[in-house]
Amino acid sequence: MLKEKLLELREQALSNIGSADGLKALQEAQIRFLGKKGPITEVMKSMGKLSAEERPIVGQLANEVRKLIAAKIEEKKADLEAKLLELKLEHEKIDVTLPGRKIATGSPHLLASIIQEVEDLFIGLGFSIEEGPEVEQDYYNFEALNLPKDHPARDMQDSFYITDEILMRTHTSPVQAHTLEKHKGVGPVKVICPGKVYRRDNDDATHSHQFMQIEGLYVDHNVRLSDLKGILTVFAKHMFGADREIRLRPSFFPFTEPSVEMDISCFRCGGHGCNVCKGTGWIEILGAGMVHPNVLRMSGFDPSEYTGFAFGMGPERIAMLKYGIEDIRHFYTDDIRFLKQFDRA
Amino acid sequence: MLVSYNWLQDYIDLGGVTPEELADKITNSGIEVEHIVYPGEGLKGIVVGKVESCAQHPEAEKLHLCQVNLGTETVQIVCGAPNVAAGQKVPVATVGARIANNVKIKRAKLRGEISNGMICSLDELGFDHNFVPKEYADGIYVFDDEVPVGADALPYLNLDDAILDLDILVNSAHCMNMIGVAYEVGAILDRPIQLKKPVVAESDQLASEKISVSVDAEQMVPYYGARVMNGIKVAPAPRWMQLRLIAAGVRPISNVVDVSNYVMLEYGQPLHTFDFDQFGSNHVLVRFAGDHEEITTLDGQLRKLTDEDLLITNGKKGVAVAGVMGGENTEVSSDTENVLLEAAVFDPISIRKTAARLQLRSDASSRYEKGLDRNRVALAADRAAELLIQYAHATVLKGIVEAGERTVAEHQIMMPWQKINQVLGSEFAREQIVGILERLNFKVNVEGEIMQVSVPARRFDVTIPEDLVEEVGRIYGYNHIPATLPEGTSSHASLTPYQKIRRRVEGLMNGMGLSQAYTYSLTSKESASSYAVSNKGIEPTQVIWPMSEEHAALRQSIVPQLINVAQYHLNRQMPDIKFYEIGKVFLPVKGEARPAEEEHLAGIITGKRTERNWEGDPDTVDFFSVKGIVETLFDSLGVANHITYSPSKREGMHPGQTADILLNGEVIGYIGALHPRVQKNCGLNETFVFEVAIESLLRHGEAAIEYHGLPRFPSTTRDIALVVKRTVAAADLDRVIRENGTPLLKSVQLFDVYEGSHVAADEKSMAFSLVYFDPERTLTDDEVNVVHEKIVSACAEQLGAELRG
Ligand SMILES: [Zn+2]
Repeated sequence: MLKEKLLELREQALSNIGSADGLKALQEAQIRFLGKKGPITEVMKSMGKLSAEERPIVGQLANEVRKLIAAKIEEKKADLEAKLLELKLEHEKIDVTLPGRKIATGSPHLLASIIQEVEDLFIGLGFSIEEGPEVEQDYYNFEALNLPKDHPARDMQDSFYITDEILMRTHTSPVQAHTLEKHKGVGPVKVICPGKVYRRDNDDATHSHQFMQIEGLYVDHNVRLSDLKGILTVFAKHMFGADREIRLRPSFFPFTEPSVEMDISCFRCGGHGCNVCKGTGWIEILGAGMVHPNVLRMSGFDPSEYTGFAFGMGPERIAMLKYGIEDIRHFYTDDIRFLKQFDRA
Repeated sequence: MLVSYNWLQDYIDLGGVTPEELADKITNSGIEVEHIVYPGEGLKGIVVGKVESCAQHPEAEKLHLCQVNLGTETVQIVCGAPNVAAGQKVPVATVGARIANNVKIKRAKLRGEISNGMICSLDELGFDHNFVPKEYADGIYVFDDEVPVGADALPYLNLDDAILDLDILVNSAHCMNMIGVAYEVGAILDRPIQLKKPVVAESDQLASEKISVSVDAEQMVPYYGARVMNGIKVAPAPRWMQLRLIAAGVRPISNVVDVSNYVMLEYGQPLHTFDFDQFGSNHVLVRFAGDHEEITTLDGQLRKLTDEDLLITNGKKGVAVAGVMGGENTEVSSDTENVLLEAAVFDPISIRKTAARLQLRSDASSRYEKGLDRNRVALAADRAAELLIQYAHATVLKGIVEAGERTVAEHQIMMPWQKINQVLGSEFAREQIVGILERLNFKVNVEGEIMQVSVPARRFDVTIPEDLVEEVGRIYGYNHIPATLPEGTSSHASLTPYQKIRRRVEGLMNGMGLSQAYTYSLTSKESASSYAVSNKGIEPTQVIWPMSEEHAALRQSIVPQLINVAQYHLNRQMPDIKFYEIGKVFLPVKGEARPAEEEHLAGIITGKRTERNWEGDPDTVDFFSVKGIVETLFDSLGVANHITYSPSKREGMHPGQTADILLNGEVIGYIGALHPRVQKNCGLNETFVFEVAIESLLRHGEAAIEYHGLPRFPSTTRDIALVVKRTVAAADLDRVIRENGTPLLKSVQLFDVYEGSHVAADEKSMAFSLVYFDPERTLTDDEVNVVHEKIVSACAEQLGAELRG
C-alpha cells in the first residue's frame, strides 16, 4: 500500500519537476515533495505500522525516491540557471568595437628624447652628465677655451652680451672648463654636457637664436685621436644604425688641436648619394678634436701628462637629419601635431 | 677664396688631377671646397673672329653690318654694340652656338639683313656684369691682337677654367693667396712647386732721394716698405690679368690698381698705390690717428678716426687708413704718372678693430686680420714693380725705402717625434713623419728621439707641437688612423640624483597627459617680469644688443611662454591644451650682472579634461585638475607631507582661484587660474597654470625609502561629518584632525563637501574618512573612541566645527 503510494509520488514529483518553468516553481515542488510536512515524510512517519519484513523494504524505497527527487531538482535547477545565465549574457552583449576610455598621455619633446638617448649611450661608456650656467662669464665661454679677447674667431656681434664680461653662453664648452677646474689637475675627466646655447642670429628655417648642444670631454693619460674615432664610431652606429661608417675630416676649432669634423655614411642612401647627403654619400654630424694644450693648462691640467678629446653636436641637427625635419623653428613652436609624431622617439 | 685651376698650374703640375679630384683632396686635408664653378659650362661654338669691315645698317641707325672673318669663312653679322669697329678681334657665337643661359644662336634676319651669328659681350658669355671691366661694360668684348683668328675663343677668355671656392677658416689663412694654395696642394699631392723670383729692372736713381719713411707706432707696424715709380701710363691691364682677377671675383679697373690686386691674390700681401704727385710731401709717417682726426676715404666717405686707428700720413695729414682703405686725396687716377707703392705689415688686431669700427671689411683688411707671410712683403713689392714695368711702362727707382725688419726668422718647434703617434694613436715610422713634414716644405732635423722642425713664416698658424700633430694627421689622412677604444682608467657613471628625479618628473608629466614644450629663455622685457614665483621687483636681466624686442630679456618664469604656446594652439582650432616645460628661469640679483639660475617646472592646461568620446562631452578642466597634477607629482616624489597650499593674490592670476605652494613653509611655486582679464586679452578660454621651483624642491634627491612590514592586524575606519563656517579651509580641518589623531590615526580622506538647504547659509559640511591602526594589535572600540572624540572636540574648539546630526 505504502509502496504504491511512494511510486505514485515519484511519478507525480518527476512530472512536476519536469514541467517547472522557473526557479520559483521548482522551489515549490521541492517544498511540496521534500518538505518537512511533505508526503514522503508522511510515509516515513507511518512506517511504524508496517511489519518487520516490510519496514526496511519500504524505508529503502522511500529513501531512494527522496534521493531521486532531490537529484532531479538539482539537475533541473542547474538547467534553469544555465538558461537564465544565457539570457542574462545575451542581454549584456555590447559593441566591443566602440572605443575604450583611453588615458591620454603627453608627448616628450623630440629634443629631450634625443638628448636622453645620447646621455644613456655615454653613461654606458662611463661618462657622467655635467650641466652648467646658461649665463656665463666671458672667461669661461671664450678665454678658458683658447679664445682670447682679440681672437679673430670671436665676434661680439654673434653673442648676446649682458655686460662686457657676462653673456649668454654660445656653446656648452664652458662646462668643460668648469669641470676640468673642479678636478684640480687630476684625471680622468669623462663627461658629457647637454644644454641650451644662444647665438645672435635671426630665426629662420635653419637658424635659431637658441638651440641645444651636447658636448663631450674625456681627459686622461694617453687619450688618443684613435680613441675619439672609436667612441664616435660607437655613437654613430648607436644613433644612426649599425652599418654606419664614419670619417674624420680636418677642421678648425680654437679649443682643439688637431680639430676634426665627423661625417657619417648617409643613412638614407647608404653612401651612393641622395638629396639628404647632397650627393656626397656623407653627412656632417659633429665637430671634435684633441683638447688644445692651452685649454688643459688654463684649467689646471698639465698637457705633458694629460691629453684628451672633446666633441660637440647639435640635437636639432641630428633630429632634422634623422626625420627630414625642414624647419628648426618647429622645435620651439611646440605644435602638438609636430611633437606627437615623435612620442616614440 | 676663389682659386682658379688654370692659374694654379703656374706653380704646380696638376696633370692627371681633375678639378673635382683636387677639390676632394683639398677638402679632405682640411680646407673645405664649398663648390666648383665651371665658368664656360654650356658654352659652345664660340670662336675668335676678325671684323674685316663694319658698315652702317641701311635700315637701322644703331645696327652695324659687319663682315667677320671666322678663319674658314667670312660671314655677315649684324651687331648693335656701340664699340664694334673694323680691325677688331672679337668673340663670335656662330650659327648653332650656345651662349649664356643656354641661348641657341640661329641664322637671323635683322631689319632685312642676314646675320650669321652674334658678336658677344662678356655678359652674353656668362660673365657676372659686376666684374666686367668698364671698357667692355656697354658693348662687345675685344681681344688683343695676339689671339689667332678662327680659334676656339673659350681658352682665350679663361672659360676653360674651373674655379674652386675654398672656405678659409682662421687657421687656414695661409691659403688666402695663390702661392699659399700652391704650397698646400703641393703637400697634398706630394708634387714640387715652382715659384719665380720677381726680377725688377730698376733705374739708377735712388728711391730714397724721393721719399723717406718713418713709423711712430713700431709695435703695430713691424715693417713699412715703399717703392717709387715714375712715367706710368694708366691703361687697362692685359687680358690674362683681367681674366684672372675676374676669376678671383675682383673687377679689373686699370693696370696700376689691377697689379696691386693681382699681387695681393698671388702673394697674399696687400699693397697700396698712392698718386705720388698728390702725396703732398716726400715723407711717409705712420702713426696713430689723433682722436677725432678725419680722412675722406676712396669711397668718398668722411671717416672719423680714434687714437686706436693707424693712419698713413705725409707727415702732416692722413693719406690712408692703414691696411683698410686709401684716402681720396692720393687716389690713382687715369692721369697718374708717378706712383708710391706701399708694402707694409700691420698688427692684425689693430686692423681688425679699425675695419670693424669703420665697417670697412675689404680683401686687404681681412688678409691683415688673419695674418700674412711675414717674409713675403718685399717680394710682393718687387713682383708689383716687375708687372708695372711690363704693363704700365713704369720706371722703378732703385731700392725699397723701408722702416722695420723686412724678414723674420723661421719658427722652431722641438718635440719627441713619437708624440705624433701618441696623440694620433698611429704607428708612423720616423721617416714617414719627416716625409710628410717635408712635403709641407718644413725643414726637419731628427736627433734621437727629438725632432726639430723649422716652420716657414707663411705657416704662422703652426706654433706648437700639437700643430705639427695636426699637419701630419691631416696630410696623411685621418681615414688611415685606426679606431680604438680608450685604454685608460675604466670608470663607472650614472645620473646624479637630481638628473634621475628630473627624468621621473618628465615621465610623470607625460603620464598625466601633459606634453613637453621647449620655449625661448629670451623674451620681451614685459613678459620677463611677469609670473615669477618670487618677484623681488628688480628689473629682469637684459642683453645689450637684442635681435628684437621680443627676445630682449631673460625670463623669470616659464608661464608667459606657455601662455604663448596655448594661444598658438587655440588660434589653430586646438582648444584642449596640456603642456609642461622644465627649464631655467633667471632671477636678477641686486648688484650683480649675472642672474641666479633656477630650474623650474611649469604647466598649462585648458579645455576638456579628456578627449571627447561617444559617452558624451567630458568636463572642462578646473582648478582641481591642475592641483591634482601637482599633488600627484608631490606624492610620487615622496614630498607631499612637506607641502602645503595657501590662497594667494598674484598679478595676472585669478584672485580667488590661486594658491601658493609651500615646502616646509617656504613658497616654491603656485597654481591657479589665469586672471579673466588676461584670458580675454590673450583670447584664451579658462586656463590654469602652475610653476614649481623644482630644483630647490629636489636638489637633495629623494628621501630614502623606508620599508614597513605588511599589517598583521585590521584597521578601523570611522567616518565623520563636520559642519563649519564656509570660510574654514579644508586644509585647516585636515590639519587639526591629523594633529589630534596621532599616533593611531593613519589616514584622513575628505570624501564629501556639502553646501545647501540642509545646513545654514553660511555653513558647509565636510565629511572625512578616518582610518585608525596599530601595528602591534587589534584596536578596541573604546580605544578608537577616545581618539575620535578628542578629534571632534579639537575641531569644535579650534574651528567651531559641529558634528552633523
Ligand atoms: Zn645619401
